Amino acid sequence: MGWFKRSPWVLHYNATSCNGCDIEVIVSLTPLYDLERFGIINTGNPKHADILAVTGSVNEKSRQVLLNLYEQMPNPKVVVAVGLCATSGCVFQDCYNVLGGVDKVLPVDVYVPGCAARPESIIDGILKACEILEEKYSQRKKTGYPAAKE
Amino acid sequence: MAQKNTIPFGPQHPVLPEPIHFDLVTEDERVVDAIPSISYVHRGLESLVEKRDFIDFVHVADRICGLCSFMHSMGYCQAVEEIMGVEVPLRAQFLRTIWAELSRIHSHIFWLGVAADAFGFESLFMQALRLREPVLDIFEETTGGRVILGASKVGGVRRDIDADSLSGISKRLAHLRPQLEELSNVFINDYSVKHRLSGVGYLSKEDAYTLGCVGPMARASGLDMDMRAIGYSAYKYLDVQPMIETDGDCYARCLVRIRENFHSIDLIREAIGKIPEGPIEVKVKGAPNGEYMSRIEQPRGEVIHYAKGNGSRFLQRFRVRVPTFSNIPAMIKILKGSEIADVPNIILTLDPCISCTER
Repeated sequence: MGWFKRSPWVLHYNATSCNGCDIEVIVSLTPLYDLERFGIINTGNPKHADILAVTGSVNEKSRQVLLNLYEQMPNPKVVVAVGLCATSGCVFQDCYNVLGGVDKVLPVDVYVPGCAARPESIIDGILKACEILEEKYSQRKKTGYPAAKE
Repeated sequence: MAQKNTIPFGPQHPVLPEPIHFDLVTEDERVVDAIPSISYVHRGLESLVEKRDFIDFVHVADRICGLCSFMHSMGYCQAVEEIMGVEVPLRAQFLRTIWAELSRIHSHIFWLGVAADAFGFESLFMQALRLREPVLDIFEETTGGRVILGASKVGGVRRDIDADSLSGISKRLAHLRPQLEELSNVFINDYSVKHRLSGVGYLSKEDAYTLGCVGPMARASGLDMDMRAIGYSAYKYLDVQPMIETDGDCYARCLVRIRENFHSIDLIREAIGKIPEGPIEVKVKGAPNGEYMSRIEQPRGEVIHYAKGNGSRFLQRFRVRVPTFSNIPAMIKILKGSEIADVPNIILTLDPCISCTER
């Protein structure tokens, strides 16, 4: 992994997660695992964020919130699906109010496996997302504004 | 009279790791009404009992909530075991108690951290989450998982902890204790923390009782309510003391949780001293026929797991009444009349667990 030109900020949203992945996302930002050493911090404002980390599968009500958050983020942006629920629905995929993974609603760039996803794999996933973000920036430079449709 | 404004709070909010939405009706800086709207994390997992058999459903019960994961599977197993008349071996009961108390410690430390973050004490938040890691390490060594343990099963537990590891746990908790004292010292004695929390969000004992509060919320208002005292699992062999404060404000709720942390460490060390040798599980035959309501004490308060079987492999009905659900009326009561700047603090001192509440 090389050095990144930017310090991307992460916006975390709990779609219908059980909390397990949420606390692991928070743990990965705090001293022992310390994602902040890469200049990455957790922000509550979608307008400041570059990476959207979604935990949990999507249901009817969180779908709209998720879309709103995604719309408000500036281009280019990357979506990371954290945990098994966000990738496929995990044990909840047969539930009546679960649509499935996040990719049913948003274009997902990185899938982080695990139930709950371990902080190491979350860090790995977010760094992958940083690379994709760099790529999107360079693509935009080549093709001009606005960025290529995702 | 000032103009009334409605301010949306959530579902995505910096202080809340979980989505819950409030419409706060304000007059100047004062909240006059709070209207909650939930179901952002509703999955409908109770209906899954019709699709998974009662043995497999433990895995779903484990994932009702990530913070009190073990206690949900424990409560579910207790309900099913009670219906089927399964006698759980004593060693398994002690192991469950040890894991349950460890869950309480890690949940309370996490809460302390998030509460510190809510009143803007960033370094305290970082310290709290650092101290939580030793507890998660114990989980990982004994069960293999950090948050979702999957250690409980119908008829006992999945894994044993050998004597060396048990004494290791005891030693590590003894090592954690002074560090935790140092952290708690800031919460208890720091001027700015005291100033921010004391007197905020007052709930009287009568209100706590009539609105049906449970857990630290009720205990901070002076109600003696601790389900561990009814002696489920191995708690009947241990010396359980409910931690009670009488002030009923945010500061008192903070104190209750801090004191419970230390009490949990004592309980675990006591349980490690008393744990008997023996099998960790019994074979379960047949299927549940009947109904039972199991009551256990989670970090957030009393949780009720109701299970009803009709003699087939699939339960007929499963229902969870979680502590946050019974604390929401009290939260609305406190929010009315509070300052808008205190709203995050008040919501957090309740320790809401939305994914339990909406399931």
